[in-house]
Amino acid sequence: MLVRRVWPGRPTFNASLSDFEQARQEMLRLFDSMANESPTSPSGVFPPLNVGQDEDNVFVRAEIPGINPEQLSISVLRNRVSIAGKREIQLEQGRAAYHRRERPEGSFSRTLTLPVEVDAERVDARYADGILTLTLPKAEAAKPRQIEVRT
Amino acid sequence: MTAPEPTRPGQVHSPATDIFETDEAITVLADMPGVRADALQIDLRDNVLTLTGRVLRQEGNYEAELLCEFQPSTFYRQFTLSERIDQSKIDAKLTAGVLRLELPKIERAKPRQIQVRTG
Repeated sequence: MLVRRVWPGRPTFNASLSDFEQARQEMLRLFDSMANESPTSPSGVFPPLNVGQDEDNVFVRAEIPGINPEQLSISVLRNRVSIAGKREIQLEQGRAAYHRRERPEGSFSRTLTLPVEVDAERVDARYADGILTLTLPKAEAAKPRQIEVRT
Repeated sequence: MTAPEPTRPGQVHSPATDIFETDEAITVLADMPGVRADALQIDLRDNVLTLTGRVLRQEGNYEAELLCEFQPSTFYRQFTLSERIDQSKIDAKLTAGVLRLELPKIERAKPRQIQVRTG
């Protein structure tokens, strides 16, 4: 039988103790990472999304600051929405000395499954103030229908 | 956190910031998605730079929430500047939720060669 050790064993007399210590450290590290994590993206995904709906539309909002809208690719198929793109930050040329570089850059991609099918032909996408807003009209078949009761 | 607590309820975030410096200026870039120019305050006094940006609640029809990963919040951050800044030449631009703040340094007296004349 193959046994995979979670922590590397130590061939010393206090091996069990050091394993325990390592586990404790790992727990502390996990707690720390949870405490420091920004509440905006609870699972560390980018971009953070808000999704809402009213009777006719589903709204998807994404926080994507400082991006060229041409670098965004949005695709909709039935009840699946994909947002992908790339954020590029141009470094200052010349004799600029950086004190801080915290703004993230790179490629991102997220796919959402909506609770209803939407009309891909009439989806509207708007980008303003660093927020992407998608308005996705619900497909006719997905809209609630009034049923008349016959007497 | 040493900053005073805001009176308005809601989350306060520290915006991700890039800062770089050249001989002429210090430039601050801060990600503040959802902040419009009229809701952004930039304050510089006693060498302390304070950035405050408020995200206003999205107006619109009644919506049922399905997923919420970010909320209308406030971006707040303070920096201490070690250089003297020319207040009259500060330039701030807000594009697509990113603030670019140029803080030109006060021009120092340029080094000058003094010719010694012999008489």
